[in-house]
Amino acid sequence: MSEPVTGISREDVVHLAGLARIDLSDAELDHLATELPAILEHVASVQEAAGDDVPAMSHPVPVDNVFREDVVRPSLAPADALAAAPASDQQRFLVPKILGEG
Amino acid sequence: MSSDLTRKTADELARALSAEEVSSVEVTRALVDRIESVDGSIHAFLHVDAEGALAAAADVDRRRADGDQLPYLAGVPIAIKDVLATKGMPTTCGSKILDGWIPPYDATVTARIKAAGLPILGKTNMDEFAMGSSTEHSAYGPTHNPWDTTRIPGGSGGGSAAAVAAFEAPLAIGTDTGGSIRQPGALTGTVGVKPTYGGVSRYGLVAMASSLDQAGPVTRTVLDAALLHELIAGHDPMDSTSIPDAVPAVVAAARRADVKGLRIGIVRELGGEGFQPGVEARFTEAVELLTSAGAEVVEVSIPSLRYALGAYYLVMPSEASSNLAKFDAMRYGVRVPPAGVDDPSAEQVMASSRDAGFGDEVKRRIILGTYALSSGYYDAYYGSAQKVRTILSRDFAAAFADVDVLVSPTSPTTAYPLGDKLDDPLAMYLGDVATIPANLVGIPGLSLPVGLADEDDLPVGLQFLAPQKADDRLYNAAAALEQLLEQKWGGTLLSRAPELEAIR
Amino acid sequence: MTVETLVPFEEALTRYDPVMGLEIHIELNTATKMFCGCPTEFGAEPNTQVCPVCLALPGALPVVNAKAVESAIRMGLALNCEIAQWCRFARKNYFYPDMPKNFQTSQYDEPIAFDGYVDVEVDGETFRIEIERAHMEEDTGKALHVGGSTGRIHGADFSLVDYNRAGIPLIEIVTRTIEVPPEKAPAVARAYVSHVRDLIGGLGVSDVRMDQGSLRADVNLSLKPKGSTTLGTRSETKNVNSFRSVERAVRFEISRHAGILDAGGRVVQETRHFQEDTGTTLSGREKSDADDYRYFPEPDLAPVSPSREWVEELRATLPEPPAVRRARLQADWGFSDLDMRDTIGAGALDLIVATVEAGTTPQAAKKWWLGEMARRANESGHDLDALGITPQQVAEIQGLIDAKRINDKLARSVFDGVIAGEGTPEEVVVSRKLEVVSDDGALGAAVDRAIEGDPDAAAKIRAGNLGVAGALIGAVMKEMRGQADAGRVRELILEKLS
Ligand SMILES: [Zn+2]
Repeated sequence: MSEPVTGISREDVVHLAGLARIDLSDAELDHLATELPAILEHVASVQEAAGDDVPAMSHPVPVDNVFREDVVRPSLAPADALAAAPASDQQRFLVPKILGEG
Repeated sequence: MSSDLTRKTADELARALSAEEVSSVEVTRALVDRIESVDGSIHAFLHVDAEGALAAAADVDRRRADGDQLPYLAGVPIAIKDVLATKGMPTTCGSKILDGWIPPYDATVTARIKAAGLPILGKTNMDEFAMGSSTEHSAYGPTHNPWDTTRIPGGSGGGSAAAVAAFEAPLAIGTDTGGSIRQPGALTGTVGVKPTYGGVSRYGLVAMASSLDQAGPVTRTVLDAALLHELIAGHDPMDSTSIPDAVPAVVAAARRADVKGLRIGIVRELGGEGFQPGVEARFTEAVELLTSAGAEVVEVSIPSLRYALGAYYLVMPSEASSNLAKFDAMRYGVRVPPAGVDDPSAEQVMASSRDAGFGDEVKRRIILGTYALSSGYYDAYYGSAQKVRTILSRDFAAAFADVDVLVSPTSPTTAYPLGDKLDDPLAMYLGDVATIPANLVGIPGLSLPVGLADEDDLPVGLQFLAPQKADDRLYNAAAALEQLLEQKWGGTLLSRAPELEAIR
Repeated sequence: MTVETLVPFEEALTRYDPVMGLEIHIELNTATKMFCGCPTEFGAEPNTQVCPVCLALPGALPVVNAKAVESAIRMGLALNCEIAQWCRFARKNYFYPDMPKNFQTSQYDEPIAFDGYVDVEVDGETFRIEIERAHMEEDTGKALHVGGSTGRIHGADFSLVDYNRAGIPLIEIVTRTIEVPPEKAPAVARAYVSHVRDLIGGLGVSDVRMDQGSLRADVNLSLKPKGSTTLGTRSETKNVNSFRSVERAVRFEISRHAGILDAGGRVVQETRHFQEDTGTTLSGREKSDADDYRYFPEPDLAPVSPSREWVEELRATLPEPPAVRRARLQADWGFSDLDMRDTIGAGALDLIVATVEAGTTPQAAKKWWLGEMARRANESGHDLDALGITPQQVAEIQGLIDAKRINDKLARSVFDGVIAGEGTPEEVVVSRKLEVVSDDGALGAAVDRAIEGDPDAAAKIRAGNLGVAGALIGAVMKEMRGQADAGRVRELILEKLS
């Protein structure tokens, strides 16, 4: 297990905000840079509880193999699908120019 | 007449409706009037649909007159937390980013409520995306506690709890990720139930933390909660985590209300330091009542509970950071271009919209969750937290080998003044200590009002916990305790709540 | 744009060894999407095949398509993989406007199938390609870039997004590093993709059309100096839309990397896009350490634990293994080893099978696909199956030849017409007036004119010198603009001059 650093620098918060795609203001970044280490210090105790032999639980109630048959269900009417779009054109969602690639 | 109707329980209303002593339109009208009159000081509702509710009520009345066989709760109005999708009715999740969003589909819970003929009064206030314990994090302003409008009603489902406590609705739907049904129940003197994870469909419940979220009933009596539970629970093929088993017989259990021979465990770790004396006093008295009624009460220890809060505040923000990524103002939601940028890119518009549309608590949790999942930290944080869930599950299983239900105070404190903990997220998180474990391990929990704390005359809640899929045990025990308490009090706790002044 | 110095392929291999891996994405042909009941029809009107789930509307939840899991397991088995006893989906988190949830539901460290292999043949030699994993995931929507120059992403003013494709089931097949003699790498890469196409096509779980994007191959390539054990920085080439392009992309990237390394430069870790017209690759998105997908197990989906009984049931549904099938077909068709190698090399096996099934002899089917069609494919840069003509149409054309309604030469014009979309072979023959004239009246008159026009030749034939008949036949064919039954013309000439 990697040894975590509970200190989060302001630079780290900038990086995280980028990953989370939130354009945080300077004030927000400053605030979170002081707040997050305190919260992390509090939650870091989970590391002492968890031994390597303990399986991680992703689903609290175990249910496996939940499938649906490959049968078509009605889709939304395009007008309903697009009704909440901030912008649309030619029955498509209009989004600002995309810089990078997926 | 109309004020009487608002005070009736759902069960009383259902009986009066089926006996045709009263019409659903009359009941709905009374409640709409009540909302109009008192919600100005409570702000339990984000959206009131008087017209839609009255139309649904009229439809039920017509069907009843035609001799149709109707579900038991048909015609009994209900309020729905604004985190469940309601077709054609605004659904904001208490967030600016969803301001004006009208879903083109119904959540499964919504669909079942509509199919059963319950008029939907409107959507209730909540902390933004259910992130908070006070309803102060709603982008549309806080909800006020009907017991003292200068205080919080709890959260995140403060709107549903306050609506029920203020007699604006006999029934409401809440959702509970770390206590958001039970803690507001405790703080407003109402009954709140978080069913077993997977017991109620999450389809259409706007997710905060997928592996923790669960919708459930918010009511004034245990029997009403059971009736609503039975209506909304059951397998849903649209939710892969929905339990395929039959719904536990919760209504029968609530009617049984017999704790003789029931083995009850007091969780040692959920008391003592940090718990308000008035909370502990009412809790202890309630346990004594149960003992006097024939329950076998023992103390049990679940040592791993000390890690629960930490695990919760890692798992929840991690899942939330991913679940809330969809709010990017591309397909729906409020698009806010960055100020001072000519011809901004999609990337920039997403980032500025998310900054403008999300409140501080949401951003805090998204950043925390992003951190806990990021490479290099995953094992230490998210991974460890998920292991804690396994350990907790094992410890709860061991405890339930010896007892039928566990009990603890629902919340360490009574309702605190608005603004008190707004600038101290950690202090607010600590208030969830008793409710969080049930979500981490997927077991059901119920909060029942057990009196008023001596120091502030505010409601105190007692929490029952049961093993997964044994929700019926909660209803049996809670209904028994409810009877014992009301006998002792000579009435309901809520009858002692101060009269709200009508604001016109 | 930077000008790259390319080192010729053969020269590059004197100094470097390529380290190559391939990723293939297969779009399944299920009726519905991976996690919702929306239909998957290709070419539907925009945003008509979307629902709360695949649009990621708040509150919607995914449910796994059973058929997609079944297809994934069958593919895994066909690729000689182990099938997981228990596996989960995982969220791959990153923001992109064509991905509605801003995470892709995929699989991470628990793929449904793993540790497999396929044997591919190049020039009669067999190479084993090891499969690391095959996992289930979902496709993205499609963005139309508007404004700027050419519909490209760069310089566009805005984009229009259609989510019909979002959520269509994909299986991603990832190889381990492909260990082959360096000079064989491009051909092996091509053969592998072609082999996987045949294999998956044989399962019937996908249309496996590279030209339509239902089979997409990405080439991961780096070079290491000969004798060195240090791995180089790799590039990931996408947009490779034909088998031929796979080979060309590998060759080009080897040349490009060598050029950079020779000049003492550093290869950038990036996505590159293959350019069909130039056979080169262009820089796409730079990959960096900032790519942090924050994978975690998908809490909204149940784990998948296929029972061993189910796996064995599915194994029993697999078609015969490719090597067995090839041996059987070679024997049935009477092809030589060389014929068979050419057939496989050209990716024509299934096309010939289908043509023979439609009633043509194996020899005739081979003649068309490895001759006329291969020539056209080579000229246009398409794969054989993307030429715009089906095995059934080829068989129909051969049928017209057998019925003497057209000849081989006219058939080429029929191919032109069919490929140009002018209709069925029959319709093309009619509309282009290609039918050969075997009507004795019309032919007789033309023969008479030819005899009149060349009395010398006629006299020689009468004298028994049949060798000059060709001159008269040629004259008749010219008059008939090729549309005459040459055999019948010859008979008529000999009858008239006997
Ligand atoms: Zn869909």
